[in-house]
Amino acid sequence: MNGHERFNLTARVLHWTMAPLIVAMLFVGVGMVASVANRPWLIDLHRPLGIAILVLVVVRLVNRLRHRPPPLPADLPRWQVLAALASHWLLYALMLAMPLAGWAMLSAGGYPIVLFGGVHLPAIAPQDPALYAWLRDAHGWAARLLFATVLLHVAAALFHAWVRRDGVFGSMARFGRRD
Amino acid sequence: MHEPDPPSLPTDPDVPAAPPPVDASPAAVPDESAPPGSPNPAPALLGIGAIVLAAAGALAWTAGWIGGGLTAQRMTDAIEAIGAPHPGFRRAHAKGVCVYGTFRANGAAVALSSARVFAQKETPVLGRFSIAGGDPHGADAKARVRSLALLLRTDDGQEWRTAMNSFPFFPVATPEGFHAQSLASAPDPKTGKPDPAKLAAFVAQYPEVKKFQAWAASAPWSNSWGNTEYNGVNAFVFTAADGSARYVRWSMRPQLPFAPLESAQRDQADADFLADDLNARLIAAPLAWDMVLTIAAPGDAVNDASQAWPDDRERVVAGTLELTRAEPQASGRCRDVNYDPLILPTGIAGSDDPILAARSAVYSQSFNRREREIAHGRAPEATGRGGAQ
Repeated sequence: MNGHERFNLTARVLHWTMAPLIVAMLFVGVGMVASVANRPWLIDLHRPLGIAILVLVVVRLVNRLRHRPPPLPADLPRWQVLAALASHWLLYALMLAMPLAGWAMLSAGGYPIVLFGGVHLPAIAPQDPALYAWLRDAHGWAARLLFATVLLHVAAALFHAWVRRDGVFGSMARFGRRD
Repeated sequence: MHEPDPPSLPTDPDVPAAPPPVDASPAAVPDESAPPGSPNPAPALLGIGAIVLAAAGALAWTAGWIGGGLTAQRMTDAIEAIGAPHPGFRRAHAKGVCVYGTFRANGAAVALSSARVFAQKETPVLGRFSIAGGDPHGADAKARVRSLALLLRTDDGQEWRTAMNSFPFFPVATPEGFHAQSLASAPDPKTGKPDPAKLAAFVAQYPEVKKFQAWAASAPWSNSWGNTEYNGVNAFVFTAADGSARYVRWSMRPQLPFAPLESAQRDQADADFLADDLNARLIAAPLAWDMVLTIAAPGDAVNDASQAWPDDRERVVAGTLELTRAEPQASGRCRDVNYDPLILPTGIAGSDDPILAARSAVYSQSFNRREREIAHGRAPEATGRGGAQ
């Protein structure tokens, strides 16, 4: 590892675009389920934001599969390398699964899937109470797992930035003239 | 090669990884912006820990997992606590039947709202009659409030869901008031009945409920779901194609003339007389209601469903609802529908009425809970797969 390699620009732009969207989505999600007053505007935000994340994560996955990320430092302990690999693929999987589960859940619950104004999405699952209940629970537990993984990811990134200072943070966070 | 980092980034990753000599003054205070040259990892680790904990705490607070604020879950819990559990049934208005029919627009409301339902000639309707209360076996003649919920789906794929009630205005103005009413209505473990002192305290704190109590005591009872008027009570914003917007409340006015159910008849009525009456009437002929839109005048309460609007407000009949068929809810399509009053087509939007937002939130909780019970096989009666009906 040297300290100079970075994720390609597409990966970095997508990462920093999606990071605030996903964190906002998690707060919007738990907030709209609990709030007695704010549900209407939060749910109006939740659906189009979820579909936006779905589109972005597909682009991101294609980019990830076509461009190898910079290697991790050679001196990084093996368990941390494995943890990085596992958590990154878990993040990708959850980013993809969460909006699909939400979309399918609304379909199974017999809800109209309104994006904005008169723009609707078609149902992607049959209306069925058992399927709805299963997807509703899956959506909620996947959200908790995603939030926990994001926290772990942030902690590890800051550990690289502030404690190890090994260039891993900068490989995603530095933007500059070399692009 | 050392281009400046964006100011929000806390470190320069190009700094060599080897730690500088250890400084003898470890900082005990967590500092989120630990300087990159910090010789001791403790401040950085504390800072990372503080960030993670703060984020987790913020989420838990937003989700209502910590803090005692009013949430949709707590409102639903309080409604459930009024009676015994009935898995798979709605938490409120548990007893009801599915109905099917058609809404025929007359075109008069096109000037008020661009919603397709007011222009389309015929819109299929999936509805549900119910009585208030959480008991799916409640006696029909004891339920002061009756309800009609509708789902109208137009050919552009948009939906309008509404849950209307036989009262002319909502008992309380706010979700807090509704929650207080639920808490005060829960049976006292000693007597099995609501504590009169708690009910009195609730009325004192939310005096608007006295109007509702006066209505409940004096308004005549009708003898059928079919000759009852149902009111949306919450205000909505209607936006026309020309962009003009108005506050509107809607009602379903029965074409069947009112016929009373006197007190003596109520004492003798069969527990299911409303469903029996409905079935008998529908065998003979469809039942019809006029959809009446009432337009607010300046100064009318548009965010307080506990206040009726004056009788002289402009009214527009938008069309006719005709119901032709009924079906038990255990096997009917209305069972798995959440009649969320904020599922609206373009051209109709919710107002700032806080009851409206709270209804949407609590209906969703109720829906999730009962669908989960159905999914896990814990609701044999609600799905018609149990023994006794």
